[in-house]
Amino acid sequence: MIEVTSAVIDAEKLKRALCNAGAGGFCSFEGWVRNENDGRSVKRLEYEAYEPLVLAEGKKVLAEAQQKFPYLEARCVHRTGLLEIGDMAVWVAVWVGVASAHRDEAFKACRYIIDELKVRLPIWKKEHYSDGDSGWVNCERCAAHGQH
Amino acid sequence: MSGPVKTITVRYFAMFREHAGLGEETLSLNVATAKDVFEQTRLRHGSKEPNGHCKVAINDEMADWSSSVNDGDTVLLFPPVAGG
Repeated sequence: MIEVTSAVIDAEKLKRALCNAGAGGFCSFEGWVRNENDGRSVKRLEYEAYEPLVLAEGKKVLAEAQQKFPYLEARCVHRTGLLEIGDMAVWVAVWVGVASAHRDEAFKACRYIIDELKVRLPIWKKEHYSDGDSGWVNCERCAAHGQH
Repeated sequence: MSGPVKTITVRYFAMFREHAGLGEETLSLNVATAKDVFEQTRLRHGSKEPNGHCKVAINDEMADWSSSVNDGDTVLLFPPVAGG
């Protein structure tokens, strides 16, 4: 199951929802908001997602992970909207959790899901810097290359 | 490029929306593929983004740059993604 939300991600609640009597292992990954990127001080992050295709493509990613590393339960939640750096209440930008019979599948499926999510799902991140400037991650550098 | 002019709705996201100054527009374009739509709208809005880093969807299905576009299609132009 994959979802996009503008609400605070409650990791404990998400984990409890994956409880499965057949699971011998659980692995999660949390993507946190960081206060710097490429040497620039970041004040807040802004996430934008195109939900219909995040859900459709995310469902495919979870199915692929299931195929490669059979798991019992998996869930992925991604934030949208503004996330202030340093606010513990909104620390988590993305959460991936996998429960499986044995740890190997949980580790591998979790890694597969977050790696694919980052390169395939239509989600964009804008950094707002301490100096007042802002920029879309992965976009500004590509745009600069395009000028040459 | 030849063929009939098609009515295409183009949707812009994130940086593309900011460059275009709008989220969506319906255009009459002489286009065959998704890449043609990208190139023509890029010229229209002066974007420098090369398409290699971008993704495209047609009518809410992920597509390839070589995918055909038909009259009445909605083409979604996605700048480089950065989830997580």
